[in-house]
Amino acid sequence: MENRPLEYDYTVAKMFMFMAIVLGIVGMTIGVVLALELAFPGVNTILGSGVAEFTNFSRLRPLHTDAVAYGFTLSGIWATWYYVGQRVLKVSLKESSFLMAVAKLHFWLYVLVVAAVVVSLFAGITTSKEYAEFEWPIDIAVVVVWVLWGVSIFGLIGIRREKALYISVWYYIATFLGVAMLYLFNNMEVPTYFVSGGIGAWYHSVSMYAGTNDALVQWWFGHNAVAFVFTVPIIAMIYYFLPKESGQAVYSYKLSLLAFWGLMFVYLWAGGHHLLYSTVPDWMQTMGSIFSVILILPSWGSAINMLLTMKGEWQQVANSPLIKFMVLASTFYMFSTLEGPIQAIKSVNAIAHFTDWIVGHVHDGVLGWVAFMVIAALYHMAPRVFKREIYSKSLMNAQFWIQTLGVVLYFSSMWIAGITQGMMWRAHDEFGNLAYSFIDTVTVLHPYYTIRAVGGLLYLVGMFMWAYNMYKTATAGRAVEEAELKNASPMGA
Amino acid sequence: MDLYTFSAYAYFFLIVFLVVVLYSYIYHLYKNRKSADGIDYEEYAKMALNDDLGDTPVKLKENDKEK
Ligand code: HEM
Ligand code: HEM
Repeated sequence: MENRPLEYDYTVAKMFMFMAIVLGIVGMTIGVVLALELAFPGVNTILGSGVAEFTNFSRLRPLHTDAVAYGFTLSGIWATWYYVGQRVLKVSLKESSFLMAVAKLHFWLYVLVVAAVVVSLFAGITTSKEYAEFEWPIDIAVVVVWVLWGVSIFGLIGIRREKALYISVWYYIATFLGVAMLYLFNNMEVPTYFVSGGIGAWYHSVSMYAGTNDALVQWWFGHNAVAFVFTVPIIAMIYYFLPKESGQAVYSYKLSLLAFWGLMFVYLWAGGHHLLYSTVPDWMQTMGSIFSVILILPSWGSAINMLLTMKGEWQQVANSPLIKFMVLASTFYMFSTLEGPIQAIKSVNAIAHFTDWIVGHVHDGVLGWVAFMVIAALYHMAPRVFKREIYSKSLMNAQFWIQTLGVVLYFSSMWIAGITQGMMWRAHDEFGNLAYSFIDTVTVLHPYYTIRAVGGLLYLVGMFMWAYNMYKTATAGRAVEEAELKNASPMGA
Repeated sequence: MDLYTFSAYAYFFLIVFLVVVLYSYIYHLYKNRKSADGIDYEEYAKMALNDDLGDTPVKLKENDKEK
């Protein structure tokens, strides 16, 4: 034992990588089904009207959002944490059997929660709060999983060799603290069975807040679920993986620190932009708008820092599909953080709210930025954790172009659909009578919904290519030496 | 002074305060490098590049257990 040099331990990272791939495919398959259902309503009953309860849009939608956000993305975040965390702190999980046990428990308990979520949402058991659909027993399990992750973060930091914490670690810590706080507040719920003395199902609950207050807490949470699941930890990834893969130090480390504090401060106040023109106080809506517009500064601070990291190294973008994924991810990050502030302006939101433009905004962020970054990170990790070369570079290249085309089809069709929808809803004649009825918009939008479904399908095809490439890497890639793993990942033809 | 005037002043001074904090932080980041035993924060970027277990840390944690 003593003779063998100490190594990093990637056991748990590998388990989460596997989960990310599986849940990514599951979540996005459901996404494609949803897109088809919107374009062709017959798909709602595709397996017969007997089981229509389980295949209809409303039952599947929360399964999609939760599978991609809390399944695919969270697994990706944890896979990278159990990889990046050890490396930048220069400490191996092998050095602490306690932290190793915590990490494994973290994973297995998470798998149980995923199973519980899938079963309960399929059964139609839900609190009906978007992104917080889980009933109270699952919420409690989620809190335990989260605490285990916290023990893992702070435990690893406690035994580190590197004194300072690399910027990525700051972002992981912020993810942990941010979600912990928001999740607890938003999921304060009253278990009705116990409070009423035995009426209804034991697992059922209602929110502790009501009316406008409930909406406010919900979107304070909902917006920051976006912030602390789709943004903060993804920035943690890009700050590590892009410099490492390209061999270029972060362009400006100071800027990364500034952008961090800027993002932390501004993000928490922007949630009001989900409630414009609703019953929340006017000043709060205005504040949400203003902070949303300011939010572009720290967001672009990080994104530009990443693009400048590649300064003078653009041939790497041309040569490596892995770098392509990351550069396009930061570009899409800039894109959705420009689009977001625009949609948060009150007069724009008057047209955009409730329309497909929002759905377009969501997916240029999640497909172009979040999923691309998770894909790139796991590709970079694969040769290091399996000690094998990435199976096929050309397959990765093809995947990149197919998925990019998919994203473009998705958001461009949703822009057109959204703005058309928004304009038609508000069009009226000189007496104030509405010019169109709802079904008129449905007819007009049909082609765009079809295009979206095609775009989504292309993206899903890319996911399968990714899974295949990763599987072949783990099982059939050429074995590589430590020396080949310094920067650019080794790739087979 | 009614509540609205008060909150407008409070808002204004909060913004001024935050701007001061922000610029002091930038000043701190730059000044630190120049002082004798200060840190050049750009060195920290190397934590990602030299991250093998055998690589020397940018800054070793004090009273580190020798392994
Ligand atoms: C500067 C940054 C951003 C701002 C100011 C912003 C602003 C907005 C606005 C105004 C809405 C629409 C609210 C409505 O009318 O319903 C929205 C929705 C949304 N955004 Fe962003 N956004 C930003 C970045 C992002 C990023 C980077 C992502 C994901 C990667 C993202 C994901 C979402 C999601 C998922 C929703 C939909 C929430 C829902 O209604 O279910 N946003 N955002
Ligand atoms: C193959 C790829 C995907 C397809 C085809 C797809 C499709 C869809 C569809 C059809 C909806 C419902 C829109 C509506 O109600 O009008 C939706 C919602 C949503 N999807 Fe996806 N999706 C995909 C990937 C993803 C990924 C990777 C993520 C996140 C990591 C994601 C996050 C979301 C979110 C947050 C919503 C709710 C948006 C809102 O409430 O405004 N999707 N998706």
